[in-house]
Amino acid sequence: MSNISNNAGSSSNPPFGGGGAFPGQVHDTPGGGIVLSKLDEIINWARSNSLWPLTFATSCCGIEMMSVAAAKYDFSRFGFEVARASPRQADVIIIAGTIVNKMGPVLKRLYDQMGDPKYVIAMGACAISGGPFFYNTYSVVKGADHIIPVDVYVAGCPPRPEALLHALISLQEKIKNGLTREQIKEVK
Amino acid sequence: MINEALKEKITELLPTATFEEGGEWLTINVAPDDWHSLATQLRQDALLFFDFLFCVTCIDWKTHLTMVYHLDSTKFRHNIVIKSTLDVVDPSIASVTDIWQTANFHEREVYEMFGVNFINHPDLRLLILPDGWEGKRPMLKNFEDPVNMIKL
Repeated sequence: MSNISNNAGSSSNPPFGGGGAFPGQVHDTPGGGIVLSKLDEIINWARSNSLWPLTFATSCCGIEMMSVAAAKYDFSRFGFEVARASPRQADVIIIAGTIVNKMGPVLKRLYDQMGDPKYVIAMGACAISGGPFFYNTYSVVKGADHIIPVDVYVAGCPPRPEALLHALISLQEKIKNGLTREQIKEVK
Repeated sequence: MINEALKEKITELLPTATFEEGGEWLTINVAPDDWHSLATQLRQDALLFFDFLFCVTCIDWKTHLTMVYHLDSTKFRHNIVIKSTLDVVDPSIASVTDIWQTANFHEREVYEMFGVNFINHPDLRLLILPDGWEGKRPMLKNFEDPVNMIKL
């Protein structure tokens, strides 16, 4: 308890826009403390800090994604603890590479197999729009958002590891700031 | 065997063959009708012994197609390139699957992408493209697909 109150009690946010700050107020009382917060915010805070990506890469952006997972950039530092080989255990799918027409149904199935809430990052020009394969090709999907909804787009061909880290942190901000896609649908 | 010796040897086998030089490997132009008999000799000749067909592809020049075969001898470590010009409307050439098994898949790929008909191929059907792409020849320069393609 004292650990939480120490973290949350400090008003200074960690770098990258307050990634780990606990949402709520802490009232110190003798022998401990009381935390006041909204349950929704606590849930979003918990979700955003434990996003496990799916091992999914279809071309060269995958190499950059591996670099982000490896020691030098290490997305575990931000809660993307470990890439999971099964969509059942993954929270976020990073579309790292070209999606061809044949891969489309596979991508859809993987997305459907992921448990809610689930998030999608389109990494690189191919996943955003088809990239260099936009014109005159019979086999490439012109953007992964033709198949599944995308939360965050990262430009680049391929994006730098820093750019992907920024996208991952942007996704965390997005989760902390509001409702899930499913909740927004229900409200409407 | 060096390129000059290869050239001499192949001229003996097929006097009508013409040669291109300048690249690392000797390039031989043959008529489509001569291809299968030459291929048999290239494979079986004790001094040539081209036992590995490592690449089969096709080029669309708009006016005609060119089949390109790359051969290697794992025993003598020499390579040659065979080219053969085909008609663009109805391209056909003899299959060499009976000589090099690897030609089976290579020729199926050229068939689905360029529509080349390989005579006597044991199993000429699409390799990677899904059903419904028979005869569409997507690698030709004049190929258009209004559903999937975006033109400038």
